[in-house]
Amino acid sequence: MSDNILALEGVTKIFNAGTLDEKRALDHIDLKVVPGDFITIIGSNGAGKSTLLNVIAGTYLPDDGRIMIAHQDVTRAPEHRRARYIARVFQNPTMGTAADMTIEENLSIAELRGKRRRLKWGVTEARRKRYSEILKVLDLGLEDRLKQPVGLLSGGQRQSMTLLMTTLTLPQLLLLDEHTAALDPRTAAKVIELTETMVTQHKLTTLMITHNMNQALRYGNRMIMLHQGRIQIDVQGDEKQQLTVREVIDKFGTTLKDETLLACGPTPS
Amino acid sequence: MLILNILPISLQQGLAYALVALGITLAFRVLAFPDLTVDGSFPLGGAVAARLIFEGVEPTLSVAVATLAGFAAGSMTGLLNTRLKINSLLAGILMMTILYSVNLRIMGRANIQLLDRPTMFTFMENMDISRYIPVIIFFLLVTVAIKALLDIFLHTEYGLALRATGNNEDMIRSLGVNTDNATVFGLGLSNALVALSGALIAQDQGFADVGMGIGMIVAGLASIIIGEAMIKPKTVFRLTLAAVVGSFLYRFIISLGLRLGLAPTDLKMATGFMVILALGIPAFKKSREGKIHLRGI
Ligand SMILES: Nc1ncnc2c1ncn2[C@@H]1O[C@H](COP(=O)(O)OP(=O)(O)OP(=O)(O)O)[C@@H](O)[C@H]1O
Ligand SMILES: [Mg+2]
Repeated sequence: MSDNILALEGVTKIFNAGTLDEKRALDHIDLKVVPGDFITIIGSNGAGKSTLLNVIAGTYLPDDGRIMIAHQDVTRAPEHRRARYIARVFQNPTMGTAADMTIEENLSIAELRGKRRRLKWGVTEARRKRYSEILKVLDLGLEDRLKQPVGLLSGGQRQSMTLLMTTLTLPQLLLLDEHTAALDPRTAAKVIELTETMVTQHKLTTLMITHNMNQALRYGNRMIMLHQGRIQIDVQGDEKQQLTVREVIDKFGTTLKDETLLACGPTPS
Repeated sequence: MLILNILPISLQQGLAYALVALGITLAFRVLAFPDLTVDGSFPLGGAVAARLIFEGVEPTLSVAVATLAGFAAGSMTGLLNTRLKINSLLAGILMMTILYSVNLRIMGRANIQLLDRPTMFTFMENMDISRYIPVIIFFLLVTVAIKALLDIFLHTEYGLALRATGNNEDMIRSLGVNTDNATVFGLGLSNALVALSGALIAQDQGFADVGMGIGMIVAGLASIIIGEAMIKPKTVFRLTLAAVVGSFLYRFIISLGLRLGLAPTDLKMATGFMVILALGIPAFKKSREGKIHLRGI
């Protein structure tokens, strides 16, 4: 038995099959992830990055192939059944939290990810204390606003909170889909730092989509690049550490769209 | 003087129909599900309770069965929507229509008189005081108890999941909640409250009628809108309080209208205009500021 925490075998996802709009978003993806892997994912628009995470999380079921999480075959399992393994953060800060519910209620909902929800009081005094301690880490003053609705928070605050919510109950897999893309550069930098801290601290197995190639190279121990639903690059360890933006562009620049290239910033000469 | 005259009747009706407003709040505001089953589940509660009492069943037990019937009806709407993927409005309309025939079958005719049967209200007739007083106290106790239970429920682990289902369904699903089941259960609970109200009101007024649910949703919505205009629903406690207070204010306005010459037959039209006005005014003001934000509408 392998020690993969996640294994994809020939996973294929076709949208609008049999119509003029048919789109092969994932084309026989094979991917093995070992515990502790922090994988960054790049690729041009429409390469299939989000679809990959959606298929892993069960938002979409694949048309072909097999998905194993923690040695369980979850290929046909609905999204809510995979929640005990997987925590996610999306690009849009409004997606990860319930705006009309309070900060502490959101945290409580997230703490029970994948667990049975009972007819017991949701935000107990003990939980409230714990949340207040944990929120201090963010240094955003949220620990004093536990009873305020999340809708009052800024995008950056919400995104930081969503990130924190994923670790209240540690997931086997953390899926991040351009989770800093909607934030202003300064906030984005803070959130990405927080991500790095949390991933390292909890040794979280993480898949992180980013459009920023500097980020993709700087963070994590492994990087994959998707193109037209296939894995085009898969580098890890020293090979990844030594890779430069310039090299990636020289080799694969043609398949990357402007956005990604623009996001690279000044390239080392 | 006029106001004092209509106060008891408004209080009595406001409290009696508050359970309907609470049920509608649960569906529309908490679950964000525009559930139209109510027009059928209200008479369903009345029909089941009336038939059972008529057949000699103990009134309290009859009410319990009627409440369960309401739960079943609401769950059916939920199942039509989540399992068969029928649009939420249509699912409610279908159930409402089906329930019309069901209610006729349950009663065996268009209405059942209960005047000569022992009901939960019978002991109040023999009291030495105006009947209003014990009836109002009774409905007050029931409404306060149900409101408190609902408040507590919506703060439990499962209650939070239910609220999140209405607030951000994708999020709570990714956190492991089967949102389909949550919707089915929530609609069941909502219509159980509505049917409970129907069962109690049938006994209070001494009859159940197949038409007693017509316009119930619109009246409930009017109540909620009025209530939320008075009490900003910033918390669950205030949201349910708004439903109860709104229910009273709505009945008060209606009674006032009737005293001032509004024809009873025009009542539903007036209520409809009230809702249109409340929802429409912001469109005229051309500002989204202060727009009545009713989830589910
Ligand atoms: N629900 C859907 N229905 C139909 N087509 C879809 C759906 N989701 C994605 N696609 C298509 O699948 C392809 C891959 O989309 P995906 O969202 O995975 O790309 P991406 O790599 O995340 O792109 P981006 O960088 O723009 O986020 C695209 O062509 C897209 O149009
Ligand atoms: Mg994407």
